[in-house]
Amino acid sequence: MSVDWRRICSIDDIPVCGARVLRGDGIPDIAVFRTEDDRVFAVRDRCPHKGGPLSQGIVHGARVTCPLHAWVIDLRSGAAVEPDIGATPCFSVRCVGRDVFLRSDELMRPAAVVASVACGA
Amino acid sequence: MAKQNLVLVGNGMAGVRALEELLALAPDLYRITVFGAEPHPNYNRILLSPVLAGEQTLEQIVLNDWDWYRTHGITLHAGKRVARIDRARRRVVAEDGTEAAYDRLLLATGSNPFMLPIAGRELDGVLAYRDIADTQAMIDAAAKYRSAVVIGGGLLGLEAANGLRQRGMDVTVVHVLDSLMERQLDASAADLLKASLEQRGLKFLMAEKTQALLGDDGGRVRAVRFDDGEEIPAQLVVMAIGIRPNTALAEAAGLQCDRGVRVSDTMQTFDPRIYAVGECASHRGIAYGLVAPLFEQAKVCANHLAEVGVGIYSGSLTSTKLKVTGIDVFSAGDFTGGEGSEEITLADPIGGVYKKLVIRDDKLVGACLYGDTADGAWYFKLLRDGRRIGDLRDTLMFGEANLGDTGHSGANRAIAMADDAEVCGCNGVCKGAIVAAIKEKGLFTLEAVRKQTKASSSCGSCTGLVEQILASTLGGDYSAETKKKPMCPCTPYAHAEVRAAIRDNRLTSLAATMHFLEWSTPNGCASCRPALNYYLISTWPHEAKDDPQSRFINERAHANIQKDGTYSVVPRMWGGITNPSELRRIADVVEKYDIPTVKVTGGQRIDLLGVKKEDLPGVWRDLGMPSGHAYAKALRTVKTCVGSEWCRFGTQDSTRMGIELEKALWRMYAPHKVKLAVSGCPRNCAESGIKDVGVIGVDSGWEIYVAGNGGIKTEVAQFFCKVKTHDEVLEHAGAFLQLYREEGHYLERTLHYVARVGLDYCKQRVLDDAEGRRALYARLQDALADQPDPWHEPAVAKVDLRQFEPLAVELV
Repeated sequence: MSVDWRRICSIDDIPVCGARVLRGDGIPDIAVFRTEDDRVFAVRDRCPHKGGPLSQGIVHGARVTCPLHAWVIDLRSGAAVEPDIGATPCFSVRCVGRDVFLRSDELMRPAAVVASVACGA
Repeated sequence: MAKQNLVLVGNGMAGVRALEELLALAPDLYRITVFGAEPHPNYNRILLSPVLAGEQTLEQIVLNDWDWYRTHGITLHAGKRVARIDRARRRVVAEDGTEAAYDRLLLATGSNPFMLPIAGRELDGVLAYRDIADTQAMIDAAAKYRSAVVIGGGLLGLEAANGLRQRGMDVTVVHVLDSLMERQLDASAADLLKASLEQRGLKFLMAEKTQALLGDDGGRVRAVRFDDGEEIPAQLVVMAIGIRPNTALAEAAGLQCDRGVRVSDTMQTFDPRIYAVGECASHRGIAYGLVAPLFEQAKVCANHLAEVGVGIYSGSLTSTKLKVTGIDVFSAGDFTGGEGSEEITLADPIGGVYKKLVIRDDKLVGACLYGDTADGAWYFKLLRDGRRIGDLRDTLMFGEANLGDTGHSGANRAIAMADDAEVCGCNGVCKGAIVAAIKEKGLFTLEAVRKQTKASSSCGSCTGLVEQILASTLGGDYSAETKKKPMCPCTPYAHAEVRAAIRDNRLTSLAATMHFLEWSTPNGCASCRPALNYYLISTWPHEAKDDPQSRFINERAHANIQKDGTYSVVPRMWGGITNPSELRRIADVVEKYDIPTVKVTGGQRIDLLGVKKEDLPGVWRDLGMPSGHAYAKALRTVKTCVGSEWCRFGTQDSTRMGIELEKALWRMYAPHKVKLAVSGCPRNCAESGIKDVGVIGVDSGWEIYVAGNGGIKTEVAQFFCKVKTHDEVLEHAGAFLQLYREEGHYLERTLHYVARVGLDYCKQRVLDDAEGRRALYARLQDALADQPDPWHEPAVAKVDLRQFEPLAVELV
């Protein structure tokens, strides 16, 4: 069975060094990030510490600082930066032109997948 | 790329510390080889005295065991002394012929003990006190012989003498001057110290010059003879009269040396491929012999070896502590005083306490403590920070604990606290966890403790206490933070330097600032970006472009994030006054958006809690009230009492004054939140005494108080001035706040700003200089003139409205 990539938005819909929340029935909120150099990452919008919405954090490099207690999450792996321990699930991202795609099977069954794709390349 | 070769000569604390710092920054850059003259892995030389005294074992003082070298792929040649450096071929050669090639060479050869050039110094039983071998020889001698003489009444000599005495020897300390530890203590403290050591059974011969050491037939020392011909028996003689930086290797290789191997601010020697750190290095003419400066040097050196290239070492202030159990001595800075300085002393010879503080130009410049040294770290901090102490002067001598309990945390508390006592209330960290982390993870700095344990990383009010725990756990190893605190790990520059660079070089964007100051990260971090953004917009209000993505979420969403990810909304109620129409709209909004909690705040406003982010624009629109900025580092509220309009005691119309202030100052971003209050009489019902600016009406006008705080550290506001008219209140309060806006460090409340620069300085700028005051107030008005209300003019305020709409996805 071929993989079903679902178009989510254009990269221009996400602020540079920012995020948007992706919401759908039956799936947990997903934070879709855009870094300064136009890489796009998607992780579950939930800090492994106390469940803070990562989409609301400050994005620096390929990391986000959680707005609640300043845990730093590496967007490439979903893992908390040392010395904190924990991880939030990641989603595969594909960019074609300016369009951003996520895999529908992963959205329905959130898996911990490392995802990093440069857009516009 | 192939790894470069890094060779370290000197397997001691400074050199290995530099390697540790380097491995943390660039673990794979170098193939590392270490030569050490001693046949041991790196150990903590400072703790040789407790080993000698039998309080610790040699195993306990090892800092990096053999495994550490193996794990990091470091080739260690322990017990091999390096004979020469071949700079042309870039190789070092050890005495046994072992060679190693280098691309970068780090010298950390330490120092040699100085031996008196007198007859008999080659006899058996004549030792220096420098390394494990010396310590072991002293321990062995103590088991066999009875009499010991220690030549030198300095820090090291006294520790040696105490250790030998503990091991049962009959010990005499010979000192060439008439006062012990003359480089650290004044005569009064030295007398107390001598008396206390005498009680422990040590004998002293003061102002005596040693002429020769006499041997027995077997070639072992048997006595010490002095200039006056007197002799005393000694089967062990320890010379502890000072150290000389070990520069022989460097000199032979043609590197410039003065007191030590000359190094630049980047720790490079005359040959830029060769670095030097530690006791062997001479920086700006000073060779340090204490651990804290060595660690600072190691950090800078590692930064350059790792090719980060931003660290600068600009010298250290040092403090010393005597490591003799039961005797507490602390000294720092210039404790001798002299011309132009004042002294505060406390002497209790019977109780065995002596304290001397030296003050010059309203700043603490030296401290010498005997008997009660609990406040040593606090005094040292005041000294390093160069903080004005005018406001503390009356109680300075009585220590930090005397300032009160909350916030800064008394110095005595750290030692007295139980292990399960909570230190950091924000993160629930108890003392035991901090001590364990310090010991097990080998932490030396506040920053490292914060990172590892989270203690003091949130509100910061327990910082002083955590520093105390560090100091008391580590003793002399505590490498107190340097005077200059970098803003964050992305830069070596401090807040003040960054502010100055933005102002002096007309930097108007984040990118330009980071480029100009050579930020080490591509786009900063969550702590420097909001600070830079504030500095830019407050310095260049019309030129700099606000970057919402560099603001904390509250200032990006213009509401206050709650623990469940919802937001709270606080509309502005001028001076705490409202009316039926506003209250009806609030009630309607609460019902329409199903808002779970409505609460009256301490700032005389109404807080709507639990608003969903998507609802925020609708809530703002339907409320039809201005933003209360309850979410921002900005003017929050102006709290008022009802004043003369209703109150039978009121002397002034405080409500009207409050509304005027609020209308003049709202939308004012600042380094931190700003709260005001106006009371109509000295009964102070609006709590003006604990606000950033508090105004109190009296019959003849208005009194203005500044830098109060009702939060983490409750602090009563200080009297600033008294004025007559409303316009004067506006101008004075506004000018003070503009000064704070222009000079405050990000996240520094007015309380801390005024403590840093001094109230006198603020008075000088705002009160004494009328023209300057008007200019300050004009700059504030100019900055606020075109500020939009983000709730009702989101486009002008550059609010990214996309954040309020989730992206949708449908899965079938």
